[in-house]
Amino acid sequence: MTTTAAPAGGKRTLRKDTPGAARGPRRRPGRLRRAGLPYLLLLPALALEILVHLVPIVTGIAMSFKQLTQFYLRDWGAAPWSGLDNYELAVDFDAPVGAALLQSFFVTCAFTVLSVGLCWLIGTAAAVYMQETFAGRGILRALFLVPYALPVYTAVITWVFMFQRDNGLVNHVLHEQLGLTDGHPFWLLGGNSFVALLTVSVWKGWPFAFLFIMAGLQNIPKELYEAASLDGAGMWQQVRRITLPSLRPVNQVLVLVLFLWTFNDFNMPFVMFGEAAPEAANLISVHIYQSSFVTWNFGTGSAMSVLLLLFLLLVTGLYLLFTSRERKAAHA
Amino acid sequence: MRTFRAAACAATAASLLAATTACGGGSPTGGGGSNDKPETLTYWASNQGPNLEADKKILTPELKKFEKRTGIKVELEVIPWSDLLNRIVTATTSGQGPDVLNIGNTWSASLQATGALMPWDDKAFEKVGGRDRFVESALGSTGATGSDPAAVPLYSMAYALYYNKKMFADAGIDGPPATWDELVADGKKLSRDGKWALGAEGSNLSNNIHQVFVLGKQHGADFFDSRGEPDFTSDGAVAAVKSYVDLMAEAKIIAPGNSEYAQNQSLGDFAKNKTAMVLWQAAASTFESQGMKEDEWGVAPVPVRSGAPGPGTSVNSMVAGINMAVFQNTDNLDGAVKFVEFMTSDEEQKILCSAFGSIPPVKSAQRDPAFDRPELEVLRKTLAESAAPLPQVPDESQFETTVGTAVKNLFAAAATGREVTTETVRAELVEAEQQMTKQ
Repeated sequence: MTTTAAPAGGKRTLRKDTPGAARGPRRRPGRLRRAGLPYLLLLPALALEILVHLVPIVTGIAMSFKQLTQFYLRDWGAAPWSGLDNYELAVDFDAPVGAALLQSFFVTCAFTVLSVGLCWLIGTAAAVYMQETFAGRGILRALFLVPYALPVYTAVITWVFMFQRDNGLVNHVLHEQLGLTDGHPFWLLGGNSFVALLTVSVWKGWPFAFLFIMAGLQNIPKELYEAASLDGAGMWQQVRRITLPSLRPVNQVLVLVLFLWTFNDFNMPFVMFGEAAPEAANLISVHIYQSSFVTWNFGTGSAMSVLLLLFLLLVTGLYLLFTSRERKAAHA
Repeated sequence: MRTFRAAACAATAASLLAATTACGGGSPTGGGGSNDKPETLTYWASNQGPNLEADKKILTPELKKFEKRTGIKVELEVIPWSDLLNRIVTATTSGQGPDVLNIGNTWSASLQATGALMPWDDKAFEKVGGRDRFVESALGSTGATGSDPAAVPLYSMAYALYYNKKMFADAGIDGPPATWDELVADGKKLSRDGKWALGAEGSNLSNNIHQVFVLGKQHGADFFDSRGEPDFTSDGAVAAVKSYVDLMAEAKIIAPGNSEYAQNQSLGDFAKNKTAMVLWQAAASTFESQGMKEDEWGVAPVPVRSGAPGPGTSVNSMVAGINMAVFQNTDNLDGAVKFVEFMTSDEEQKILCSAFGSIPPVKSAQRDPAFDRPELEVLRKTLAESAAPLPQVPDESQFETTVGTAVKNLFAAAATGREVTTETVRAELVEAEQQMTKQ
């Protein structure tokens, strides 16, 4: 963002205080040098950006066209080029590798939609209620942020022990105390593992939404609410007509960020299920990790990563296009 | 303003996306090691004791001893098992790694194929006292057959049957079972009142592999054919996997909850008198740390179908253990070999193996009276007479993942009351074999 703004500003100053404007032939090199200065100053940042972000991306993409297995790990430049083989393997949905990737993709989509939706809903509701001043508000706010502040491993492994079938707290509460289930169901195996995963993800993710929305609410002028209540608008109407429309730009960023984080999240599912997640909770990041690190086939893993990148770029692009057009329409 | 926000969104998105593909790569690295830094060594140790701190406490005085003798300072890093293989793979790719490292002996062939480890030819072995110093079965898991070993055996272990003496006495059983039929019969007497006969780590892929590999041997099946190609679906392999899962599905002597165990919870259950038996390697120190006294448990060879462990179809353990390797890119080659010599010397073997509860793979150190405990007697005999190395093929780690997952899935099926038949077992193994990508 700074990159686009700075050169324009540079040119403007340039035109104003170029003293030798009338000196004819000498003018151009000096002007060039001056014009180059902002770019020169940007160079270190640009170089670092390329080093930190672009090089690994390009490397990853290059790897996806190679047959990179353990035999070439030490000198992976020497790994044979395999053309589109890795991609063909990944998208051949009739074969086991492609079918597993597709299944994992669908699970991840469902998981992401539910997790982002619930995080946003709980976060927004909590933030709206926390707007009112009442005794203990500060403590509650701090308490709400605890799941977000805890180290991932500690938090998730605690959940794993709580979800254990025979000795876990969850089954103890559901069965022994509330009597909601017949016997002890498994939470970390089979279909229920999706619910377990979603629970931990929402528990960990909603405080971020809460924090974000809370900041957004500070910007809504109090007068709007006062005027609305004078006009006889109730709480629900105020939320629907004032709060939500005013939060639109905040929500636009929040949902996008939550979507990308949740879709790509690796730590949480990995700590929960290790290298072999149950089918119902087989998220794509762990699936790709397994396809590269565990089976030592880094070319296939990279190809899957590139496909994932393309998908996420597409979603992000469409999302931005759609939301900005919608806003344009709203402004018009 | 609008474009600015869109740009900000795009920038955030791009940097988040970058994390997806960010898989670093290294530059091509040259041939062997050098002696550019003869003063220091970096050593990656595997986690052998109850925790990382305990390992550091045990190893540090020995490293000081080495420094006193040779003037070489050893930088120690103890790495948890969950990270070790990834760290080695990353080090291999970047060429930046330790000088000396421990590896799980089942990884030997996989890591050997990467070329990251210094091959131990006869000349190199001479520097640590020669091949003959080491037990044959331990040397059998140091790399692919027919090539120079990728590592030297450091600690050895084998599987044994640990049983709870009091629970056996209460059920009126006078000794540990020697055959699987006896184990099932005893198990049915032991599994009652919320207690169970046998523990398992159904979600621990490596442990699943160790168990079904041995059962495969007992059914005359190997999971790889003579050319090193996967062969998971032979009748013997299917029968072996089914017989293991059937201990839960059919005999019902393993608690269904064990199918989700992967953090050694089965050892905790054993120490708390909830299960009467576990099949484990060198478990004494864990039992002690869980508060179980040494006279409360007994140890016996893992059952075999014939009742008498031996070679061939009477194999009752994999060759478990840790190997020590020299990283090909070391900048202190001579020092690294000297350090391996030090760690495999009789003196250090006695100290370290007694501290970690393992068996020395060095013959002369094995004879030390420190290893005369009944538990180690069983493990040593097993290792010498009835243990077989896991397949020494480059695809070994893929085998652990795919077949280990198949066993995990079958346990999950058994635990949730679905039927486990020869067909369902075969279907899981077919799927596992299909996932072995051609290399």
